[in-house]
Amino acid sequence: MLTDFDKRLLNLIQTDLPLEKRPFAMIADKLGTNENEVIERLQFLKEQGFIRRIGPFFDSGRLGYVSTLVALKVRPERMGLVAKAVNRYCGVTHNYEREGDFNLWFALISPSVSAQTKVLAEIEKLAGVEQLISLPATRKFKVSVQFKL
Amino acid sequence: MLDELDKQIVAKMQDEFPLIPEPYKQLAEQLGISEDELLTRLRRYHRCGHIRKMGLVLRHREVGYKANALCACAVPEERLDEVGKQMAVSASVTHCYTRLPQPEWNYNFYIMLHASTREECRRIAAQLAKDAGVSDYVMLFSVREWKKTSMRYFSGQKHADEL
Repeated sequence: MLTDFDKRLLNLIQTDLPLEKRPFAMIADKLGTNENEVIERLQFLKEQGFIRRIGPFFDSGRLGYVSTLVALKVRPERMGLVAKAVNRYCGVTHNYEREGDFNLWFALISPSVSAQTKVLAEIEKLAGVEQLISLPATRKFKVSVQFKL
Repeated sequence: MLDELDKQIVAKMQDEFPLIPEPYKQLAEQLGISEDELLTRLRRYHRCGHIRKMGLVLRHREVGYKANALCACAVPEERLDEVGKQMAVSASVTHCYTRLPQPEWNYNFYIMLHASTREECRRIAAQLAKDAGVSDYVMLFSVREWKKTSMRYFSGQKHADEL
């Protein structure tokens, strides 16, 4: 269970870890506690599995990568094998089985358009894949994985 | 343009962030540069949008957001801008993109919703669609997470994607 302090701490750090020499001391000041308490609590929350990752989150496009959302129609009996084959590409960051005709959806980040084309062609040929569609984003209105606690 | 040092820094920053009083000092030492150099560059990436967020990402299931749905909508081209701006404001919406539709899949607008239950996801989507005047949408609930990880940029390793 998250305490009230944990919630205040996580709400604060979710979007604003200071790029300053003593970031946790600055957070501690805002919360009226000390640096040590902030560090120990973050360590604990990480160990408990509440925190996925701390640090900078990069914009793949700004770094020169290309990304797309891919939807597959997979024959149900081949789902596990196809999902695992897709997972092996390290540019696949998210891979979800979903309800519907298109039943496997994954995000693919590639260093170039040609690399992306090659991966998609390979995945399209996997046994059990009946159809593949690539849905590149044309405009981003919001990317903010932030949860009010 | 990113130089070689920038790429090394980006790669390094995807390692575990040290939970110590002076984390940037330790990261800088490992990169063989000064703490000031590292902070100056990181602040520049943040200012220029290479870093879209400096902070942390929670495991949403563990903190109570147990349901997620990708909601695909068909929105008339001329209304995309208005609908996008309107839906992006909702706190339940974590991602909001327009995407190229395909002949067999005519949805061109996507939002990702997180809530505690599926029913809540449905209710939020229905309200957002109603407010924005969107009538054609589908809810794609996840039934299994096969992979969720962070991308490692400029990792140096040649991986299957590039072979």
